[in-house]
Amino acid sequence: MNERELNRKTLLEAKNIVKVFGSGSFQVKPLKGVNLKLYAGELTLLMGPSGSGKTTLLSILGCILSPTEGELVVAGNSTAGLDAEGLAKIRRKHVGFVFQGYNLFPTMTASENVMLALDVRAAPVVDPPKHAVAALTAVGLAHRATAFPSKLSGGEKQRVALARALAGRPSVILADEPTAALDAENGRAVMALLAEVAKDPNRAVLAVTHDHRTMPYADRIIRIEDGVISSEERPKKDGNPPAAHHDDHHHEPQPVAAQPATIEPATTQPTGSDKSLRGRFRIRRNA
Amino acid sequence: MQVQAADTGALLAAENAQGKPRIVRMAGKLAYRNLFHDRLSLIVTLTGIVFSVVLVAVQCGLYIGSETMIAAMLDNSKGDLWIVPFGTKSFDDPSFLIGHEKYAALSTPGIAGAEDLVVGFAGWRKPKGGTTAVLLIGSDYQNGSLKPWNITQGSIGELAEPFAVAADDTYFADLGIDKLGDIAEINNTRVRVGAVTHGIRSFTTLPYVFTSLQRARQLLDAANTQASYTLIRLAPDANLESVRADLNDRLKDREILTQREFRSRSVDYWLFQTGAGSALIAGAALGMIVGVVIVAQTLYSSTKDHLNEFATLRALGASAGYIHKVILIQAIMSAFLGYGIGMLLSLLIIQATKGTTLLIIMTPNLALLLFALTLGMCIIAAISAIFKVTRIDPAGVFSR
Repeated sequence: MNERELNRKTLLEAKNIVKVFGSGSFQVKPLKGVNLKLYAGELTLLMGPSGSGKTTLLSILGCILSPTEGELVVAGNSTAGLDAEGLAKIRRKHVGFVFQGYNLFPTMTASENVMLALDVRAAPVVDPPKHAVAALTAVGLAHRATAFPSKLSGGEKQRVALARALAGRPSVILADEPTAALDAENGRAVMALLAEVAKDPNRAVLAVTHDHRTMPYADRIIRIEDGVISSEERPKKDGNPPAAHHDDHHHEPQPVAAQPATIEPATTQPTGSDKSLRGRFRIRRNA
Repeated sequence: MQVQAADTGALLAAENAQGKPRIVRMAGKLAYRNLFHDRLSLIVTLTGIVFSVVLVAVQCGLYIGSETMIAAMLDNSKGDLWIVPFGTKSFDDPSFLIGHEKYAALSTPGIAGAEDLVVGFAGWRKPKGGTTAVLLIGSDYQNGSLKPWNITQGSIGELAEPFAVAADDTYFADLGIDKLGDIAEINNTRVRVGAVTHGIRSFTTLPYVFTSLQRARQLLDAANTQASYTLIRLAPDANLESVRADLNDRLKDREILTQREFRSRSVDYWLFQTGAGSALIAGAALGMIVGVVIVAQTLYSSTKDHLNEFATLRALGASAGYIHKVILIQAIMSAFLGYGIGMLLSLLIIQATKGTTLLIIMTPNLALLLFALTLGMCIIAAISAIFKVTRIDPAGVFSR
């Protein structure tokens, strides 16, 4: 453990997590003893090839699945022995999710989607609609508060999902392939938002990803292979992505993504026809 | 690398805003949006509920109407005890008593008054030809307790005229008459319609025709001391059971029934021994079952359509109770809508049958019962959807 880790608050700790599905000859063991910590103020990437156990680990870290062995502690609360409702309570109080497929409620507007999360979390707020708009402002989408998901672009949907995850102040935000369904520019903008959100000294963000474009934004990169953590590194935040790792030989670095980008707020308001991330942020290549 | 994107300050400001914090309530809105999102599914659900409400309302209304018709004569007479021929099944199933019952009753201690009623089937010959059966009722129309009511034309005094009768306008077509003063024949004796009543319907569909006691005896060929029923009024301080016991001792081969007993015997006979009431109740039950099945099917299918959303809610930390609440609110909203439309249609049907021999009655109690049934039906229907949702694996959200 380095000095930085010693000084940071641990918001999530997985101790020797083992997960077994099925029994007998049908037994599958996607996780074979995972130890992992998420620290406040950090964006951690969990990377690994398909079938490495990423999604199972994310489900366990998010208190959706219970580990077969091992212990999970979220914001100081051990999940050992908790039933489905107990796990739901931990999720509701301490975990925010961002899904690959956005999972927004199609019949609710962007702000209603955020307010729904506040309701689910039973989080009392002074002015719920204003709070929802503030969460959307945090992701640069205040002007789309009344839009239904069907009227939003992929990047906008993912930002609404992030606003929803932020509402209720969870200690941990878990993002499942947050950029997988987005183009390069929107992907970078969403990662920039996640990195920004992770700067909160009371919040940790973990993003599961295949996408090398996300690497420049990470404070820490954890690689998982065959159900065990194979490496953990802290890339230097010098504008260059970490060196390609041997685990990820399946994924060729993408030319556009390989160029680290600077995302800055646009100097002008987005127009009606350009309300996507492209309109909201100006993306400047650093190459 | 420079990254500047999120404006978390606004969120922080909102979180630290001054004022009284309150919990957001979105379950109702989500239920409402889910319900109205798929219009076709909503129409099917409402059709099921409306069908059910109308069927149950009409069947129950017919049941109450039937009971009202069966008990109409008893409900419109004021007696404490009835002396009836032994084995009488209902008021509309008359036969003659042996005779002299009125005098035997008047000489019994504790009885303030007794009056004879003559009730019998008679043949009615229509003025323009053809005959039909009627139920002739002869009573003391001046001082007695059973006399025609709801008189719309003529007057009760007209029955003093020779061979005057009172008929109900609901049955004018059956009786072949169309106005006050028309002439017909009862058992080959000329009679004149001296009074017209409205809404005195008969469950047996045989029209009631009122006349004086003496004239009824004449028309039905009964002796002057004979009656179908003798109606007893007790003295204010009399004990009903002891008077009944005395009468039972004195009048063998007759039955002494209280007003309530005679009423329930008549209603039981027509509604349950003949099976008419059972058919109405079965119809109402069928309506309920069809309603439950249709609503359950559509609610289940709506829940299935929104399964991904429910799994997302679960993943976000919603308790099972929260999700059940959303489904139940959907069911309750459907119940309110379906009940409203169903009641409106039912009232239109009742209005449309007002002038006919079919009596459908909607009472405030029936309306309340229907509402409770509709609500119960929709909540029961929601159970299948709740079972479906209970089995959701929130981990599924990661693979969708």
